[in-house]
Amino acid sequence: MATLEANRTVEAVWRIESARVIAGLTRMVHDVGLAEELAQDALVAALEQWPESGVPDNPGAWLMAIAKRRAIDQFRRRDTLERKVVELGRDLETQEAPNAEPDFDAIDSNIGDNLLRLVFISCHPVLSTEARVALTLRLLGGLTTEEVARAFLTPEPTIAQRIVRAKKTLAKKKVPFEVPNAAELGERLASVCEVVYLVFNEGYSATGGEDWMRPALCEDAMRLGRMLAELVPAEREVHGLVALMEIQASRARARLGPDKQPVLLFDQDRSRWDQLLIRRGLAALARAERLPGEPGPYELQAAIAACHARARTPEETDWARIAARYARLVQLLPSPVVELNRAVALSMAFGPAMGLEIVDRLTAEPSLKTYHLLPSVRGDLLAKLDRHAEASEEFTRAAELTRNEAERSLLLDRAKESADRAGSL
Amino acid sequence: MRFMVIRRADADTEAGAPASEELIDAMTRYNEELVRAGVMLDGAGLAPSSAGAIVEFSGGSTRVIDGPFAEAKELIAGYTMVRADSLQEVVELVKRWPTLDGGGNVEIEIRRIGETDEYDMSDELKEKEHQMRAQAEANRGE
Amino acid sequence: MRFMVMVKHLENDPNMPEPDEEMFASMARYNEELVKAGVLLAGEGLHPSDQGALVTFRDGVPTVTDGPFAEGKELVGGYWLLEVKSREEVLEWVKRIPADAAVTSRVEVRQVLSDDD
Repeated sequence: MATLEANRTVEAVWRIESARVIAGLTRMVHDVGLAEELAQDALVAALEQWPESGVPDNPGAWLMAIAKRRAIDQFRRRDTLERKVVELGRDLETQEAPNAEPDFDAIDSNIGDNLLRLVFISCHPVLSTEARVALTLRLLGGLTTEEVARAFLTPEPTIAQRIVRAKKTLAKKKVPFEVPNAAELGERLASVCEVVYLVFNEGYSATGGEDWMRPALCEDAMRLGRMLAELVPAEREVHGLVALMEIQASRARARLGPDKQPVLLFDQDRSRWDQLLIRRGLAALARAERLPGEPGPYELQAAIAACHARARTPEETDWARIAARYARLVQLLPSPVVELNRAVALSMAFGPAMGLEIVDRLTAEPSLKTYHLLPSVRGDLLAKLDRHAEASEEFTRAAELTRNEAERSLLLDRAKESADRAGSL
Repeated sequence: MRFMVIRRADADTEAGAPASEELIDAMTRYNEELVRAGVMLDGAGLAPSSAGAIVEFSGGSTRVIDGPFAEAKELIAGYTMVRADSLQEVVELVKRWPTLDGGGNVEIEIRRIGETDEYDMSDELKEKEHQMRAQAEANRGE
Repeated sequence: MRFMVMVKHLENDPNMPEPDEEMFASMARYNEELVKAGVLLAGEGLHPSDQGALVTFRDGVPTVTDGPFAEGKELVGGYWLLEVKSREEVLEWVKRIPADAAVTSRVEVRQVLSDDD
């Protein structure tokens, strides 16, 4: 193999195998930082040997064998074996009975369990969100530090430091390598989903074209989400998260206009929506809905996105269904913005008066004081109710608040239009 | 039922010749019609075989052969997956393929997509396959 | 990056054995690995050409030929659509496709064009 191609091949195998290798090693040595170092040693060995010998038939097993051997060497050489045994004995979180030595054979049992443990430890609440994101992308996404840095437009040394500190924190706080118990599972899973969705949004809201890394972030997030869905298939919210990401991603090609300005959902060319991703998203949503329990925020947002995805034209949108989903969503996420969205959906389904009732209440909301969409929506509803003078005032106020030039001029147009109609009455 | 509509490759697609504005418009409108009709399940063009590869499996080992590959007619330039009640329906759709494509000379293959029940597998494997498909594919049962 | 991975074969090839239960099981396991890794977007088998049709346009005029139409050419027997980070990654996945060691089989790998291409 030519060297560049050989390196890329090793990287590709790393992307496929590394999470499992690290997970298995962590199970073995009870230290995720050490596990990653050992895995990296195996990677170096692969980079040295595979260009000559070719990629082995079972690359995952090869990497694991090298790492395992290094682990045993290290323990014996550094005389930490005895110390580790004492630590293990003292560690109340350890699930196996006190052993004479670290269980070097435990790694092969239950790859799925180990992967899941790795997911939970990477997203542990003791770490900052930034640290969780960097660690998860490294350990589970198989990204290099450089790739993570590029993805978040942050200098590489900063990310490297962040990861080192994260591993130290996990070791210092003796965070156990385990799947949370039933009582904590919901909350811990929410933390994992938060990390994945954060990565997705980072990629999704980036302007297209300029940095090629950014759309790839959406792919990374979806891949992590899909992996998670197979690790915890009984969890509704995980399928909801996958559904939400896939349906949102389906609109990527329609989201930016020729001038690279964002296009609102209702103005998008729906024939550019990715039908494959829509179907996958709908399937993931159906999978969530078949499970016991109540829908969580991700599933509800996915259900709303699904209503839009199913409508071939904006006129076919099932607004009543969207309004109902927002009603449930606002109970889980009592945010004024969600309530505003509910108002819009209600007005589309049952007439502007119904929506206005809610929007009027929201004008008192302090957090929405500078939110341009509030007066914008209120203006729209007032105009539909032929209260044009008031509508004009609202559009003017919205135009003052928005920072988007295109939107400002649109709002000013509507303000004038409403003023004219008020004047002609 | 689901069908795969395969636009076979030719010298131009293999050369990566850029499509004219008119052809792009025509194909876009054609695909939009399929979406509006609710029959479009997926569709895309493929990069020329010069960027592709063939992996050959023989005697338990593999060999990667980089493109380009000689027989353009055996290659695919693009695909569209559609939903239809019959082969005849798909034939009618394909007859409306933009004639600008390939300068009016193009071969389009229509193949029926296999649904799990039709293959000879034991029940347990079928069930597993069903589950796997439910996970990976949105169109079960439609 | 999306790739189309296509199993190509001659229809009614006398040298190609019928897939047995073991092959189906291996394929099921392989598909499961793709799903667990989060890289599988779609995967389908195609019925032989006798259940299809060929539409040939000559000077803008279509002629329909009912299947079979294999004519000794290699056709697509089945495919996967995979989302991965590089060409090298898709090739690694393809190398893991279960294959009958007694015969030679071919899998074609082509990148799916996106808007940026």
